[in-house]
Amino acid sequence: MGSSGRGGPPEGGDRAPRPPDGLRAASPQSGLIGGARRSGGLYGGLPSRQGPPGFDARVLELGDELRREGLAIGTSELLDAFDALSEVGWAEPVAFREALATTLAKSQEDRRVFDALFDRFFFRAVEREAVEKGLTERRLSADGEDDGREIDFDSLREAVRAAIRGGSDGEMRDLARLSIAALGRRGEGSGVVGVDVQRIRRSLGLRGDPAGEAEARGDPEAVPTERLREFERHLRRELERESVERTRSLPPARPLRELDRALPSAPLQDLAAVHRVAAQLKRRLATQQRAAGGRRRTHVVDVRRTMRASLETGGVPLRLHHRPRRPRRPEVYLLCDVSTSVTSASVFFLSVLHALHDAFRKLRSFVFVERISEVTELFARERSFEAISRAIASDAGVADVSGYTDYGRVWLEFLAETVDDLGPRSTVIVLGDARTNGREPHAAAFGRVAERAGRTFWMNPEPKLYWNYGDSVMRAYEPYCDGVFECWSTRQLETFVNALTSTRVAAP
Amino acid sequence: MIRIIPRAIIGRERSTCPSTPTAKPIASRIKKGFGETSGTGRERGLRPKYPGPVPAEVASAEEMAARLAEAGYLAGESAALVTYLATRLGKPVLVEGPAGVGKTELAKALSRATGRRLVRLQCYEGLDEAKALYEWNYRKQLLRIQAEAADAGWERVQDDIFGEEFLLSRPLLQAISDPEPVVLLIDEIDKTDQEFEAMLLELLSDFQVSIPELGVIEARSQPFVLLTSNNSRELTEALKRRCLYLWLDYPDVERELEIVRLHAPDLGDTLARRMIEVVHMVRALDLKKPPSIAESIDWARALLLLGAEELDASVFERTMSIIVKHRTDLDVVADRVGVKLASDGLLGTRRTA
Repeated sequence: MGSSGRGGPPEGGDRAPRPPDGLRAASPQSGLIGGARRSGGLYGGLPSRQGPPGFDARVLELGDELRREGLAIGTSELLDAFDALSEVGWAEPVAFREALATTLAKSQEDRRVFDALFDRFFFRAVEREAVEKGLTERRLSADGEDDGREIDFDSLREAVRAAIRGGSDGEMRDLARLSIAALGRRGEGSGVVGVDVQRIRRSLGLRGDPAGEAEARGDPEAVPTERLREFERHLRRELERESVERTRSLPPARPLRELDRALPSAPLQDLAAVHRVAAQLKRRLATQQRAAGGRRRTHVVDVRRTMRASLETGGVPLRLHHRPRRPRRPEVYLLCDVSTSVTSASVFFLSVLHALHDAFRKLRSFVFVERISEVTELFARERSFEAISRAIASDAGVADVSGYTDYGRVWLEFLAETVDDLGPRSTVIVLGDARTNGREPHAAAFGRVAERAGRTFWMNPEPKLYWNYGDSVMRAYEPYCDGVFECWSTRQLETFVNALTSTRVAAP
Repeated sequence: MIRIIPRAIIGRERSTCPSTPTAKPIASRIKKGFGETSGTGRERGLRPKYPGPVPAEVASAEEMAARLAEAGYLAGESAALVTYLATRLGKPVLVEGPAGVGKTELAKALSRATGRRLVRLQCYEGLDEAKALYEWNYRKQLLRIQAEAADAGWERVQDDIFGEEFLLSRPLLQAISDPEPVVLLIDEIDKTDQEFEAMLLELLSDFQVSIPELGVIEARSQPFVLLTSNNSRELTEALKRRCLYLWLDYPDVERELEIVRLHAPDLGDTLARRMIEVVHMVRALDLKKPPSIAESIDWARALLLLGAEELDASVFERTMSIIVKHRTDLDVVADRVGVKLASDGLLGTRRTA
């Protein structure tokens, strides 16, 4: 693909003059511009037809990439981006990046995705040039296959640490290469760049130290986290570069989401999709509640509006205006199993939990294994998905001794905690596999929960086929629920939303 | 600095600014009927047709940073650039970030730096258009009816009572009807309902307000709009779409040191640095309310007042309530940072001994 592209200028290529080849190979900036005219097939799934020449097309491609990562980028954002670019000198990397970021990435999460993608995108532009030109880099003599073993590990480790603590960017990059040569098992890595990066980091014994505390303790192993991230970025880049050289093609663009958002493997990893469904869930609940509340009005006269309306009738208040009832916010109680029997599904649970928290205003969430623990405050405080999973794992206090789920106890505790708050307006949603590990299911207690709450739904991450086999006691709980759903994919979550909103509120 | 006195007559000639020939009564800008707005903001082109929010001589992001610094605000690179871009593109800026990183202060500094009046709208749950945008002064309308009912014809009264004379303008309408461009700060937008956000859309993209009885009121000058949010809920896509986005985070040690030096210049260099390092240490803990920049400035001033020479465990213990304001947080901080300071002190004495 590379050599054919190098031949005559492609269609439309004569409109923009080409810089001399030497220049294009030398500077990344020229690589960016030149890259736009290349066939898009190399570039992770873009249509293989010839893109229009020039830099504008590259920005559009970037927008397209961002869309695929779940950012909502409309034409108006892109137009803004071009407006902004015309105001800054875009030969300056920082200004260029910031101008694009402020117009395209409209939340902190978006910004994180943008930063990750921006690097890769423009890094790829250079790499693509290299692939097409058939350029390879001659490796340092130290990292050939033969003398790779002769690298002294301790001195390498020391050098890396020193560079992370205070070395220049270039030094870090060189050492990243050296580390890959020494530890990367060239050509037989795991195939996933993120995994290789972490393996190399571990073998070098590098540990992050966010608060700068370890240094004071005299722990020589820990290095500042920020700098460590920097080093990992270098590792990632070099590994990618290596894989580009090895396979003569660019790595696929898609895995960014999995790698950089660090979601463990689960049936459903598409956080953006979960967010979408959760937003829909919220909107439908809200409109339904409002419709229900619309028939009964509180009769509080709104003086201001009545007076205003009376002006039409010469100051005589013929028509009374009542203060509108504030739309009642749905009260949702979400109970989420985080035990080991559902480890793979718990990630999915957590993302649902997280997404719902963003969407609802009145929502109390609980996680449970043997005991139940309210995590509403944690979500109110923390917005990063990773931090939340960490916090739940470390100090939610939901596991006692065995680490096995005890549904019976959970109901009793939940009932004790929320007995006064549960009412006909409450919706209780349970996420769990109903596997009690042979313990007393206390279905009656669950029954009392369901009785007090307006509606109760159960979402089970296991396929329906497995329900009631082994220690699953779905049967015991099912009669009390207004609906039970299997839920291990986005589509099923959507089905759940539909069912949830079509069911009328049970009369109290 | 903040004027929230509702002016009953927004279109009157202002004797204070005779030099602005554009200052005509608001009625001339009112268009009867709807749907005939002068096109979207995009069609108007890059340069707004109203007096721009910032003097033309601010020609680069660096200059914006310098001006903000003059006004006592040390802006980070991205903050200066986004502010500059917003003034050039005539778009609102949505500023998000943790509490106490200087989101509101940015608007104030901008108002000082550009010599523009600051109009502030503090958002809260239940804020509606009557308090944010405009309201009919119904008492006055009633009086008018009573006064004229006897001898005036129906037509006249009807025309009169929905005139601008009876309009109470609230901060948003004030901001766009001022002939001088202002800095409009919509603070903590995340505290309002989504309905209110929707109401803002027309104002933010077209700088106009539709009043059913009156028609469309267009801006006489384009305000520089800053919206702040503490991220307590997701804002709607529609609102975000109309804004430039700026994420402000806690500054790094060096920049916070500069900020503190700016506000407490008499504090010794080593003490200031030590103090900021401790603040950063405290922020890295998992606290309910991490210390803000304003609080580190307060702390610096307190240390000055106390005449503290160095930041040891006892000084820290006595003054840490300035930066930590939760019972549980106090315990955590005393536990981690206080102990560390104490051990540092020991090390220090050993070293000198």
